[in-house]
Amino acid sequence: MNRKGSKKTAFIYLAPAMAVILVFLYLPIILNFMNSLYKWGAMSTEVTFVGGKYYQQLLEDETIRVALKNNLVFAVVSVACQIGLSLVIAAVLESRFLRKWQSVLRTIYFIPSLLMVTVTGIAFKMLYSPSIGLINPFLEKLGIDTSGIDILGNAGSAIFGVAAASQWQYIGYTVVLFIVAMQSISEDIYEAAEIDGADAIQRFFRITVPMMKDTIMINMIIVVTGAVRVYDEVYVMTNGGPGRATQTLATYLYQVGFKNDQMGYASAIAFFVFIVTFILGLFQMKGYDLGDD
Amino acid sequence: MAKKIGHGLIIAVLILFAVIIFLPLIWMVLTGFKTNKELFLEPWKLPEVWQWRNYLDAWNAGIGTFFKNSVIITLGSTVFSTLLACFAAYPISRIKFTTKKLWVIIILGGLMLAPQSAVISLFKMAKVIGLYDSYLGMMIITGAFRIPFATFLIMTFYKDISVSLDESAFIDGAKTRQVFWKIIMPLSKPIIASCAIVSFRAVWNELMFANVLLESTAKKTIPVGLVNLQGTTTTNWTMLMSGMVIASVPLIIIFLILQKQFIRGLTAGGVKG
Repeated sequence: MNRKGSKKTAFIYLAPAMAVILVFLYLPIILNFMNSLYKWGAMSTEVTFVGGKYYQQLLEDETIRVALKNNLVFAVVSVACQIGLSLVIAAVLESRFLRKWQSVLRTIYFIPSLLMVTVTGIAFKMLYSPSIGLINPFLEKLGIDTSGIDILGNAGSAIFGVAAASQWQYIGYTVVLFIVAMQSISEDIYEAAEIDGADAIQRFFRITVPMMKDTIMINMIIVVTGAVRVYDEVYVMTNGGPGRATQTLATYLYQVGFKNDQMGYASAIAFFVFIVTFILGLFQMKGYDLGDD
Repeated sequence: MAKKIGHGLIIAVLILFAVIIFLPLIWMVLTGFKTNKELFLEPWKLPEVWQWRNYLDAWNAGIGTFFKNSVIITLGSTVFSTLLACFAAYPISRIKFTTKKLWVIIILGGLMLAPQSAVISLFKMAKVIGLYDSYLGMMIITGAFRIPFATFLIMTFYKDISVSLDESAFIDGAKTRQVFWKIIMPLSKPIIASCAIVSFRAVWNELMFANVLLESTAKKTIPVGLVNLQGTTTTNWTMLMSGMVIASVPLIIIFLILQKQFIRGLTAGGVKG
């Protein structure tokens, strides 16, 4: 409709959200870049301009490499479980012979995603613990010598322990999401394929996956972005340790900024996180139908 | 016959998976009712005496205060972000004007901005403008990050409401304000509910901003409170578990009551088609 003064009305409705977004979402990114050019701390009043020094430091920092590796581990494990495995589970739950089981099973699978990461993290920390946990006694029952196993205590296994807890929490979430997407695929296509003699596996790869291509892509990007941003899980379960073995970009920037009070360097790391997630976000945006009229 | 066996096998695997998902949850709830001694010696037995006291102890050890803070901050943030999103979604889905595309890009572009990359600046800003260590600061900042997605969700819904409804109201002499409050908002109740639930979940579970922006123990939220309780030297594990159960109950109840709205809200951003 082209009513007089519609532009003014539009701005009145847009203004509050716009103001909040510009001030609290966009401005911090700009300030963050400026902050990264100075040596400063929350505890001191001394501010020195250092230019691109922190970006140089970023390239040479061993811990950044460890963090990147851990973010990558998180991304790979999460895509395998929350996209790959979830897709298979969703497809199986959608088969006709499972229809009557579906709602119970998917509700059970979904419940962990309602918990706080803090709750999941503390629970798994306890489950993994060699002294009070349940995982080691269980492995012992299977005849495995657990004297050397301390999942979160050993640098080699810690990040996998953290990532596993996260999969336990979120697989059911994407299962439900994929089921919703699958339900919009017409039943006729499957029936026609069945008449032509396609078995369940062929139907999955030839119909389900291609029909859900966009949904799979969007969620893959969401999952990878989540892996780049991961903070809560690590903060609660290992706080980056043992040593720096489970440090991720987000926990490392938190430690550098708020524990070591090197806010300038932390800002540089934050800017790096911004660049990576922003690029991923552009792909995500392309997936949405933003048709603006 | 082979098919029957195959189906049976699949069902068995799915049930095993359900057990893996469910065991930690049951263990958490059971442990919350035990004494610390039982936790160490008999992790799988039912508690000898159900220790309801643990819940009271957890509540008094700080969970009560954290719970109250979480409720205040989460409700404030949810109302704030949902309302602003309802307003913002209206013109971009139902009014034609020239610079619209730009505004849509700015709002939805917010989806791409990671809170992790803004946290240091926001900490500094909050200190300068007096939002540090305050409920209001938490409401506004966590709410701000909810607005892009909320607007996206509501906008998609508004677009499906027939335009002729507005037009006939305008012909009858209604003002935009009346159309918005009397026609659009009542019709949008389902999506507003979905949107509010999604935001509630996100803010209720939020850890990083609460960790960075709140200083006094009296104002901390449950996620931070639980981490702190866990960090004390003589951790009372069973009491901590009761605290974790208390922290989880609100969302599980909301989910069980409003499952449809919940699922719609959560899947809207990830399902295309």
